[in-house]
Amino acid sequence: MAVTPSSADAGESKKNYLEIKGVTKKFGDFYAVDDVDLVIPKNEIFALLGSSGSGKSTLLRMLAGMEKPTEGRIILEGQDITDLQPYVRPVNMMFQSYALFPHMTVEQNIAFGLKQDKLPRDEIADRVGKMLDLVQMKKYARRKPHQLSGGQQQRVALARSLAKRPKLLLLDEPLGALDKKLRVQTQFELVNVIETVGVTCIMVTHDQEEAMTMASRIAIMSEGKLMQVGGPREIYEYPNCRFTAEFIGSTNIFEGRLAVDEPDHIVIESQDLGRGIYVDHGITGPKGMNVWYSVRPEDVTLCRDKPDSQHNWVEGKVHDIAYLGSHSVYHIKLASGRVVMANVPTSHWGEAKPATWGDDIVAKWGNNAGAVLTS
Amino acid sequence: MKKWLSKYLPAGRTGVIAVPYVWLLFFFALPFFFVLKISFAEPDIAQPPYTPLLTHEESKTTITLNSGKYSTILDEVKSFGTESWADAAEQSQYVIAYWNAIKLAFLTMICTLLIGYPLAYNIARADEATRNTLLMLVMIPFWTSFLLRVYAWIGILKDNGVINNILLWLGVIDTPLQMLYTPFSVLLGMVYNYLPFMILPLYAHLTKLDGRLFEAAADLGASKWTIFLKITLPLSKAGIIAGSMMVFIPAVGEYVIPALLGGGDVVFIGNKLMDDFGPNLDWPQAAAVAVVMLALLIPPIVWFQRFEQKQQEEAA
Amino acid sequence: MNKMPLSNRLFMVMGYFFLYVPIASLVIFSFNESRLVTVWGGFSFKWYGEMFRNDDLLHAAGLSFKIAFLSATLAVVLGTLAGFVLARFGRFKGQSLFAGLTSAPMVMPEVIVGLSMLLLFVSLQSGLGCSSDEPLGLLSRMGCWAFGERGMITIWIGHTTLCMAYVAVLVQSRLKELDRSLEDAAMDLGCHPFKVFFIITIPVIAPALVSGWLLSFTLSLDDYVLTAFLSGPGSTTMPQWIFSSVRIGPTPEVNALATVVIVVVTLFVVVSNRLMLSAQAKRDKAMQAAFSGKS
Repeated sequence: MAVTPSSADAGESKKNYLEIKGVTKKFGDFYAVDDVDLVIPKNEIFALLGSSGSGKSTLLRMLAGMEKPTEGRIILEGQDITDLQPYVRPVNMMFQSYALFPHMTVEQNIAFGLKQDKLPRDEIADRVGKMLDLVQMKKYARRKPHQLSGGQQQRVALARSLAKRPKLLLLDEPLGALDKKLRVQTQFELVNVIETVGVTCIMVTHDQEEAMTMASRIAIMSEGKLMQVGGPREIYEYPNCRFTAEFIGSTNIFEGRLAVDEPDHIVIESQDLGRGIYVDHGITGPKGMNVWYSVRPEDVTLCRDKPDSQHNWVEGKVHDIAYLGSHSVYHIKLASGRVVMANVPTSHWGEAKPATWGDDIVAKWGNNAGAVLTS
Repeated sequence: MKKWLSKYLPAGRTGVIAVPYVWLLFFFALPFFFVLKISFAEPDIAQPPYTPLLTHEESKTTITLNSGKYSTILDEVKSFGTESWADAAEQSQYVIAYWNAIKLAFLTMICTLLIGYPLAYNIARADEATRNTLLMLVMIPFWTSFLLRVYAWIGILKDNGVINNILLWLGVIDTPLQMLYTPFSVLLGMVYNYLPFMILPLYAHLTKLDGRLFEAAADLGASKWTIFLKITLPLSKAGIIAGSMMVFIPAVGEYVIPALLGGGDVVFIGNKLMDDFGPNLDWPQAAAVAVVMLALLIPPIVWFQRFEQKQQEEAA
Repeated sequence: MNKMPLSNRLFMVMGYFFLYVPIASLVIFSFNESRLVTVWGGFSFKWYGEMFRNDDLLHAAGLSFKIAFLSATLAVVLGTLAGFVLARFGRFKGQSLFAGLTSAPMVMPEVIVGLSMLLLFVSLQSGLGCSSDEPLGLLSRMGCWAFGERGMITIWIGHTTLCMAYVAVLVQSRLKELDRSLEDAAMDLGCHPFKVFFIITIPVIAPALVSGWLLSFTLSLDDYVLTAFLSGPGSTTMPQWIFSSVRIGPTPEVNALATVVIVVVTLFVVVSNRLMLSAQAKRDKAMQAAFSGKS
């Protein structure tokens, strides 16, 4: 069970700490995970984000060894761990419902993994003590799990999965069982602990806020495939496909054709808008190619007067307003029937009377406000 | 180490399956084969008390299959319609015993359902502390000896028993009513003893029903009866079926209750079997009776198991 | 309960009346002086004394308790394995047969089960040549030791087969409720699956095992029909004693025995129920304390 150190040079092995190569998992004819390739550097906190049934949990279970990939290899620090049984893998997981052993105390739960490795008694006691300190649960060491609150249980589960100093920590919906208020606070605590320990970590979540707060990189999964991998800002501002754009936050997507393709800009003709979309960055391609343009509601501004420019604005009527305190979400219905969403800061209207239901209004956006999508 | 483990694991899995599987195959499934075999033998004054099917004589092996034990039952079935009831009672004892068993088992099922459903329903709808006590009160008689519960009814029903004594004392009757050793006493004993088997599965299903369903139905304007008929009853169908089968199938094979509460007058097929096995020492006949009983019961048993399996899969 | 309509209450009262009238009459007539059970002849503890001086009964009761203890114990072992296989192993070859065999003893009429087991043992006896004078091989000798004559061992096997079905159902349903990730977590922390079963699964489902054992114990203690087929001349159990004395002409001695059984059972059920409830209450309190923000 000893792990052979990687022969590759240190820098290289840090970058390719975990390699997932062409991993596929089939249940019958159903592809739960479909040919996933992923490389994760050492000490990264990485999030797999997707809705239920996207295959993210199956991928995590394959990393833990609970499921065997149908195809592909998983390589951790140069060692192929694909066929290792879960109980010999240097990988530990924090389970969604925490899975704390109900008949053991907090201490015994944390010591469990160390006892399986038959470590000397003193060392176990020492390491359990350090873990209890780390998650600030020292005074609850003798309690049983059912005598703890949800947040405390979560910390014990974290300590238990870190006690063995795994090479890879897996978190399955780490905050899913907590209520919303507690979740926000716990997110930062969790990241702190993980960074203190300095462990490479992969988490699975369906909550985009959680992923964006905690992870340095995010992979968006759908139907077993990775749709996009990147940092939080990257996937929000530069989605590479309609799925990602719509999955992360909310957005307006307009379908159109590439009409002008110049080195410094392109223009997309859109039936929906009855007007061109001018983009000063983006793609090149054959004329007439089908493309989509995604623009976030916060990048759309409202005004009463028609602008002079030819592009990047539409007129319609205020169809719906949702007042959210700091801003309001306006739904503008165009003549074509399309609805465009715009987030308007409450301060936007200043002294003037805010636009209200039925008002004629113009929605506009900048030349570099949105992203051009080809799929 | 790795290889050894991965080899060891599936073997461990098979081993875990094998222990209970082999036990059940050997002590539960295999014996049915012997029942089938011995039902084709003849009774014999020997140890064991039946003739072997295979005989070796001078290096010749003969198989003797005797279907006479089935003919006894089949002949009765054939002649059943043609004779008068009095003759039938005398001559068609097996058919009557099968008929008694199925008829009274069915009536038991209906009665336990009619009594058990309202009880289970009210227990399930009671608040938690009460529910616990009520359920416990159903369980206590069930945990006391079955035989003693049957015996209790003898004391109540017999000619100088509790009911007759009370009625005589009140002057309602002047000669004791014959209640014991009638189909009524057997039915009463069966209903009493099988009631928990009906209540428990019904309770288990009824208690799982979401109370908000009733509120939603009432909110939408359904009357109490409509709620019961359109919501409660359909959603507890699985419990009704489970309870009915848990009562009907074993009740068909009942022996103790007709033996003690039926006297010699209400005879079930289980009693015929025990007579053939015991006093008559005709084991092949007992085996043939068992085979026919099994043939009658296997369809509902298999159907019920399929149903339960489907329920479980749907729940998962 | 407070909103239960009057008609329902009335029905409940009648239902419980029906359940308890026979029990009450058993108890009342155990104190009857008269030999005729239901003809009141004055109050007396006489039949309790008789009962404890009845050697046949005491002997039968002793044997019944012995068999019940052995059957319940073996049934818990085998039933737990069967329930575990059904709840955790997914699909395997012969799985539906296995599922069928596991639950069938619960519904199969006992006369059939009893007769078939008897015929198995009898066939084994003649097959192994237990009554012949020729010397036997080791296996045959072991077989004959176990099945050579009807008695405690054959009854034990019969009762175990019946009871393990109930244990299997209890264990299976408990395991289905149980979060599977507990076992996954133990494995993830380096515990071999075999060990997981013993140090995680078994302790967590322990309450189901206890109730399975108790249920098996009572079922075995109570069984008449299977025992009638599987017992030999020297092995009379308590139900057999009750059955024959009820047939021959019962005395209040039987009522005295019934009263003892009822009292023991009631005490046991009430106490264990109390213990369970108070453990639950303690847990709830601890939970509340934990949530009330002392963290």
